Amino acid sequence: MPMSATEIETMIRQAFPDADVTMTALADDNDHWSAMVTSSAFKGKSRVQQHQMVYAALQGRMGGVLHALSLQTAAKD
Amino acid sequence: MSNPVHDRIQSEVSANDVLLFMKGTPVFPQCGFSAATVGILTNLGVKFKAIDVLKDPEIRQGIKEFSNWPTIPQLYVKGEFVGGCDILREMYEADELAPFLAEKGIILENA
Repeated sequence: MPMSATEIETMIRQAFPDADVTMTALADDNDHWSAMVTSSAFKGKSRVQQHQMVYAALQGRMGGVLHALSLQTAAKD
Repeated sequence: MSNPVHDRIQSEVSANDVLLFMKGTPVFPQCGFSAATVGILTNLGVKFKAIDVLKDPEIRQGIKEFSNWPTIPQLYVKGEFVGGCDILREMYEADELAPFLAEKGIILENA
């Protein structure tokens, strides 16, 4: 079963309570998503580290059930 | 403890200045994210070695642990993990990728 945008967003918000999360569908299949995540937790981290933090929040689903999540992250004050 | 797959990956990473782990080949990519990454490198005129993880299940699994990164493609430059498709696209669109590569001493034929 693919993950819904709500499930993805919920997991990200659990790890980053202050996060702004914007989910966009890349296809009309409830499976290909783009997520823009902004959180103060990303301050001082490299892009690679920021993405690794989001992947950790998704607890192993990225690359598994969630194979097509395009991710963009940014730090917020 | 030594891990023979990680040792293989490490020797490829050390031996190639620009190394892309991808699905399929640069001419016949088997995934849209791999294709997009090849497109960016080709646009910049970067010579790179590609490893097709679909031909090597050990590498396909091993590279995810090696980089602590759950998806393919993955780009290494001079031994450093730079990112996957999203990060490369972001750097490319922000005009950061060419300066980054140039700073690493990588030749860009289309710069």
